[in-house]
Amino acid sequence: MATEKKLYTVSVYTENNIGLLNRISAIFQRRHINIESLNISVSEIEGVSRFTILIHMSEDQIKKILGQIEKQVEVIKAYYHTDDDTIYQESCLFKIKSDLLFEERQIQNIIKESNAHIVTVNKEFFVLEKSGRRAELETLHKALSVFGIMQFVRSARIAVTKDELKITEMLNAFKNQ
Amino acid sequence: MDTLTATQKQYLEQPKERISGSEAIVRCLLAEGVDVLYGYPGGAIMPVYDELYKYEDKINHVLTRHEQCAAHAAQGYARISGKVGVAMATSGPGATNLVTGIADAQIDSTPIVCITGQVPSHLLGSDAFQETDIVGISTPVTKWNHQVTKASQIPEIIARAFYIAKSGRPGPVLIDITKDAQFEEFDFQYKKCTGVRSYVPVPKTDPSSISAAAALINSAKKPLIIWGQGIILSKAETELKALVEKAGIPAAWTIMGASALPTSHPLNIGMVGMHGNYAPNVLTNDCDVLIAIGMRFDDRVTGKLDEYATQAKIVHLEIDPAEVDKNIKTDVAVLGDAKQSLLELLPQVNDNSHNEWLQKFKDLYEIEYEKVIKNDLHPTKAGLTMGEVLKEINIQTKGEAAIVSDVGQHQMIACRYADFNITKSNITSGGLGTMGFALPAAIGAKMAAPDREVVAVIGDGGYQMTIQELGTIFQNKLPVKIVVLNNEFLGMVRQWQQLFFEKRYASTEMVNPNFVAIAKGYYIEAKKVTKREDLAATVKEMIDSDGPYFLEVCVEKEGNVFPMVPSGASVSDIRLE
Repeated sequence: MATEKKLYTVSVYTENNIGLLNRISAIFQRRHINIESLNISVSEIEGVSRFTILIHMSEDQIKKILGQIEKQVEVIKAYYHTDDDTIYQESCLFKIKSDLLFEERQIQNIIKESNAHIVTVNKEFFVLEKSGRRAELETLHKALSVFGIMQFVRSARIAVTKDELKITEMLNAFKNQ
Repeated sequence: MDTLTATQKQYLEQPKERISGSEAIVRCLLAEGVDVLYGYPGGAIMPVYDELYKYEDKINHVLTRHEQCAAHAAQGYARISGKVGVAMATSGPGATNLVTGIADAQIDSTPIVCITGQVPSHLLGSDAFQETDIVGISTPVTKWNHQVTKASQIPEIIARAFYIAKSGRPGPVLIDITKDAQFEEFDFQYKKCTGVRSYVPVPKTDPSSISAAAALINSAKKPLIIWGQGIILSKAETELKALVEKAGIPAAWTIMGASALPTSHPLNIGMVGMHGNYAPNVLTNDCDVLIAIGMRFDDRVTGKLDEYATQAKIVHLEIDPAEVDKNIKTDVAVLGDAKQSLLELLPQVNDNSHNEWLQKFKDLYEIEYEKVIKNDLHPTKAGLTMGEVLKEINIQTKGEAAIVSDVGQHQMIACRYADFNITKSNITSGGLGTMGFALPAAIGAKMAAPDREVVAVIGDGGYQMTIQELGTIFQNKLPVKIVVLNNEFLGMVRQWQQLFFEKRYASTEMVNPNFVAIAKGYYIEAKKVTKREDLAATVKEMIDSDGPYFLEVCVEKEGNVFPMVPSGASVSDIRLE
């Protein structure tokens, strides 16, 4: 049903301009919508940025939000996708005391089983990186928190769609006008 | 495409010339065909004012008495001319004072360009004197905004500002220019903007949506058109009239759409919304096909959403895709410019008439007339009504005046009773409801259309929010006619207090000054009317006067505006008393 709330990923292709983040975040803030995660990066097209926004809402709502986003002059195109439409990942970093790596045999097993990888090790601490679905990251977090985590950070979701997004064609069409 | 004036050509695509950023700003305005702008100088915009001084024979800068009024004057100018209005202010408080006008222009889709000075770029973010993040502040209320820190960016950004402000669904644009960019010299050349790659001003119209709309219209037994400002913005008045007449459809208007079809047209059945006419509100919930053209189903129009025209098929002709299905789910959405869509729709619509259906509107009008209109326009009680003042204005101006109204009871009365025989005649703050709008907007309107009679109709509350603009009117000898309908109350709030807050008149009673003396203090001819027998002659004297004229009419203190759709009620539950 279109009024049932679920998690959507919004992809927004934009010009790379100062102030656009403000403009887009204001659309959510004004409607009292919490952004679950937000990532802004370059896209496959030179000079074009890509926002990846994760929000929990109904399809009816998200269509309206998309209209408001696309209305912004410097937004090229916005899409929304369900989890099934996309390949998506999050990434996280754990900073953990180095002693534990040697003293707690279990930690080494956890690292192996979780396919996490060690970014760096020094005398005081080591840093573990894990990319994947939220649930995998949470499982690892839970397993490691027993031993004590010095620092933890998780990135926003990034996602590519299974279907083609025809941004390049759109931009070429403008050029040829 | 607009044709270029000789002045514009003079400043367009000339060979490169080394000039300052501030001179470039003025030349950009000239290239865009700007002949008047409204503003207020200050530290961070002084280099531009210095250039305006040099160019004063080519471009008229009008000094308003407050920056908010510069924005409203630019709005008034834009609303009556269809051109882009321009306002200018300095950084800090100058810029923040513009914000109300910008927000008003945003919600009412008015094309204005605001140029603000900013502290030098090396001071940005340092909390410098009169520094404010106006780009950040204005972001949610502008169609587009941008900060310029290099003189070389000025031509392209200003060209883009004008293009964005007036194309598609119009709106306000703010350009913030640092003082160092104003001083900096560069090789100037100006090219008009013809497109922005990330921006589609007018969405493509799907031909199948046109035929689907035509099919619904042709099958309708009880069709109803509700048009909004989209008709005026796309200059589609003729096409609207053609559709209404060809298909024989009763047509109602939103407050922003007023005057697109003359009041006297037999199929013009009045205003919808909270204080609109009885018939179109009631019959919204009886029609079988509702054709919405260039309107956005504002809550003041729809009343309770889930009891709004639920029986009807909805056709929505709309330029802004974000408006489709925003409030009301449509059956057929026709995206595109209203004029173009109507032109495509017209040949597919059958000649028709709906006399029985139209009769229902006439019958309900009779009820409204007996219960409300008669008492408003031909009162038998002693106290003067706002309606009879409007009636006199209609008589004296032959219904050809541009009525600039403020916000509140008088605004509803003006929209209900003014005769609008010429398009672009209702200049009011619709979406934002900005008290203080009318007096400065009337300045812009009169300057854009000096041949038209411009009558500002204002309440005693809103008048005092921007009363200082009498100074601008006096200094510029603008023959604006100002009518203050004085009930010594913030009337609309008082009406709500009476109806919904058991007459607890919290902070709505006003002890007013001697308005006539104030107007005279600004050397403006002024009169006060307290008796019915003096009204007609004084209104005539006002309209016959060659200069600005102030007329205060003391109306009954506790008059109410009816009909009324109470907040949260369905449109068909509209009250007549």
